[in-house]
Amino acid sequence: MASKLLRGDTIATIGFAAAALFIIGLLTALAVELFSGSATSISKFGIGFLSGTTWNPDHEVFGALPFIYGTLLTSAIAIVIGLPISIGIAVFISERLNGHLGIGYGLGTLVDLLAAVPSVIYGLWGLLIFAPLLRDYVEIPLNKSLGFFPLFGGTPYATSFFTAGVVLAIMIIPTMTAVSRDVLRAVPNSQREAMYSLGATDWEVTQKSVLPYARSGIFGAFILGLGRAVGETMAVTMVIGNAVRISPNLFTAGYSLSSLIANEFGEATGLYRSSIIEIALILFFIALIVNIFARLLLWRVSRGKTRN
Amino acid sequence: MSILLVVAVVLAVIPLIYILGDVIIRGVPAISLTFLTHLPTGPTFSGGGIANTIAGTFTMVGIATLIAIPIGVGAGIFFSEWSGNKLSTVSSFMNDVLTGFPSMVIGLFVFIILVLTTKHFSAFAGAVALSFIMIPIIGRTTDESLKLVPTTLREASMALGIPRWKTILRVVVSTGKNGLITGIVLAIARATGETSPLLLTAATGTHFITNLFNQPTGSMTILIYQYGTSPYASWQTQAWGTALVLILIMLALNIIVRFGIGRNLSEARMD
Repeated sequence: MASKLLRGDTIATIGFAAAALFIIGLLTALAVELFSGSATSISKFGIGFLSGTTWNPDHEVFGALPFIYGTLLTSAIAIVIGLPISIGIAVFISERLNGHLGIGYGLGTLVDLLAAVPSVIYGLWGLLIFAPLLRDYVEIPLNKSLGFFPLFGGTPYATSFFTAGVVLAIMIIPTMTAVSRDVLRAVPNSQREAMYSLGATDWEVTQKSVLPYARSGIFGAFILGLGRAVGETMAVTMVIGNAVRISPNLFTAGYSLSSLIANEFGEATGLYRSSIIEIALILFFIALIVNIFARLLLWRVSRGKTRN
Repeated sequence: MSILLVVAVVLAVIPLIYILGDVIIRGVPAISLTFLTHLPTGPTFSGGGIANTIAGTFTMVGIATLIAIPIGVGAGIFFSEWSGNKLSTVSSFMNDVLTGFPSMVIGLFVFIILVLTTKHFSAFAGAVALSFIMIPIIGRTTDESLKLVPTTLREASMALGIPRWKTILRVVVSTGKNGLITGIVLAIARATGETSPLLLTAATGTHFITNLFNQPTGSMTILIYQYGTSPYASWQTQAWGTALVLILIMLALNIIVRFGIGRNLSEARMD
C-alpha cells in the first residue's frame, strides 16, 4: 500500500519536474541554435559585425550597427513618450481615484484593452492611417520650424524612426501602467498619511513621498517596457520604413533588428542567412539582459503579491 | 498639476478608440458571406475571401493549445507546489524571462529546428512556435493561481492520507481551476494575434490545407500583414476586414475571461 502511494507521487513529481525542465531546455536550445546558426558569420566578421555599418547581400558584407541603432532609437522614443504617460495613469488610478474604485477598474480595463490589440493591427493602422497623420501634423511642421536641429532635420517620411517610436509607445503603455499600479499600491499608507498630517497637498504627497518610495519598482516598469519595445516586430516593420541607415534625423526611414529578420530571412542562404541569425542572436542577448534585469527588479513586487 | 494626470489618461485612451473605430469603419465594408467562406483571389478579382486563413489560424492555435497546456500547467504546478526547490526557482525565473521574449526570435528558432530539417513550411511548425509563446504565459498564471489556494486545504487533504499527487490534482488544481482556465484563455488570445512566429514556420497559403506537416498554411495575421503592406486598395480593404474578424474573436475570448470566470484581467497578467 505504501509503495503504491509512493509510486504515484514519484511519477507525478518526475512529470511536473520534466515540464519545468522543458522550459530551461527551451531557453538553452534557443541559445544553442542561434549560436551554431551564426557560426559562419561570427567567424567571418568577428566583433566587427557589431560596428559594421554596411549591409550588402550582393557583396556579402554585413554589419549590425544600423539595426542596433534603429532598435535602440525607436525603443528610446517609445520610453520617453510612454513612461510619463504610464506613470501618470498609474498615479491617477491609485492616488486620485481613491473613492471611486469603479472608475479605476474601468480605466484599468481600458488600458489593458490596448494590450489585447494584436501587433499586426497596430502595424496596419499605423501604416495606413497614423503614419501619414504624423507626417502631416507633426513631422513636417517640426521639420519646417526646427529643421536646423539634427533631430528634426532631413526629409520627413511617414514611415520613420519617429512613427515607429510613437506606435511602440502606445503598445508598451499597458505593460508599464499595470506594473506601476502594482508598485504604487504596494507603497504603505503610512507614507501618505505622514505627509498629509504635515499639511502637504495631494501633488506634494505624490511627488515627495509616494513616487520616491516606489522608485525601484517604477524603474522595473521602465525596463520591462523597454524589453517589450526591443522585441516588437510586426508593428515596427510596417512603419519604420525599412531603410538601412544611421541618422540623427528622427523623421527619416530606418530599420530595426527584428524588422530585418522579418523582411529578409525568406530569401537568405549561406553567409547571408548566417548573418541574419547573428542579428537574431544580438536581439536575443539584448532581450535576455533587459528581461533578466526587469525581473530582478520586480521579483519582490510580483512574488510578494501572491503570498497567502 | 493633477490636470497633467488627466491628460495622460486621455492620451492613452484616444489611440484605443481611434484604432478600434478605424478597424470597424474600414473593416465592415469588407465583411460578407463570400469574404468569410471563399478562398483568396488576385487583387483585381472580386469574390475573394479569407476562409482558409480562418481555418489556418484556428487549426494552429488549437494544436498549439494542446501542446502548451500539459507543459505549461505542469510547469506551473511544479513552481507552486515545489516552490522551495532550486530547479523550481531557476525554471520559474527563466519562465518569466521567456514571457516577454521577442516572438520573431522564437519563430526563427522553430524555423531552424523544424522547417530546415523537414524542408517544409507546415501548420505543425507554426503551431509549435505558437506553443512556445503560450507555455510561459500558462506556466505563470497557473503558478499564481495555485499559490492562492490556502495551504490548509493541502494539509487537510494529506492529513486524510491522500497521496500528494492526488492532493495536487484533485484538491489544489480543482480549487484553482478558475485561474488556470483564465490563463489558458489569455494565452489562446495572445497566440491568435501573433504574426512573427508564423512568418518563418507556416508562411502563407491560399488554400485549405490537407496535410499538417508539409504544407505552408495561411493565417489571418499573416494575411493582414501581406495585404496591408500591398499597394492594392482591394487587398487593403480585405486586410481591414480580416482585422475586424480577428478583433471580434479576441473580444469574444476576453469576454469569456472577464465575465465567464469573473477575474480581473490585470490580476491574471503581471505585465
